[in-house]
Amino acid sequence: MQVPILKQGQYLIASIQAALSDQDLVQLRDALAEKVGRLRARGVIVDVTVLDVMDSFASRTLRDLAHMTRLRGAETVIVGIQPEVAFSMVQLGLTLEGVDTALDLEEGLTFLDKKTKRSTSRG
Amino acid sequence: MASETIFSIYTDVDIVLARQKGRELASELGFALTDSTLIATAISELARNIVLYAKQGEIVIKNSLVGDRVCIVVVARDKGPGIADIPQAMQDGFSTSGGLGLGLPGVKRLVDEFHLVSDANSGTTITIKKWKR
Repeated sequence: MQVPILKQGQYLIASIQAALSDQDLVQLRDALAEKVGRLRARGVIVDVTVLDVMDSFASRTLRDLAHMTRLRGAETVIVGIQPEVAFSMVQLGLTLEGVDTALDLEEGLTFLDKKTKRSTSRG
Repeated sequence: MASETIFSIYTDVDIVLARQKGRELASELGFALTDSTLIATAISELARNIVLYAKQGEIVIKNSLVGDRVCIVVVARDKGPGIADIPQAMQDGFSTSGGLGLGLPGVKRLVDEFHLVSDANSGTTITIKKWKR
């Protein structure tokens, strides 16, 4: 199940549609790291609303994704972590340290607007 | 009422199938959403350990009735190399934050009962149990 990646202005939005295997997650990570450069994106939103499980691998891969895109010059925000998923993650000790998160897509866009404001106002 | 499903665990896709079954059974039995999520997440971690460390194994998911209390039992079995240092593997911080460790202390926190048997000759069997509240 490939994750569709949409370009919206200077942002890329990856909206996860169904449960993902490890391979799907790795593909998403690599596709975003590549597209950030090719499409000259300044921000990335990964919407995980439909994910009903976030285990250690998913958590680590999303963290790597955020750090990789930052190294490529774009900010990433993870949106839509469900309350019961957040609870499981905390119990497991997965905190997504160093990764920005927001409640939903709307909040994610607002967050990115703020975060990338300085650089856009110069352009 | 009692059901038992056995999954062969070999690839990352098997991990997803096993945890989906766990969630399905939990919600059929009337477990709360939070507890269903904890069960699915625990299955995911156990199946992942099988793929990572033993290459293959199986996950058995079943329900059980003790008196009038319902629980889900998950058994993760492999004939892999076994866990050399169990106390270390059960130490917190050994593998959290998505590190490369087994994450077993985390799994233990997700469930009500956790039982681990492992040695180099016969592999590893982990049994977890979650009671319906």
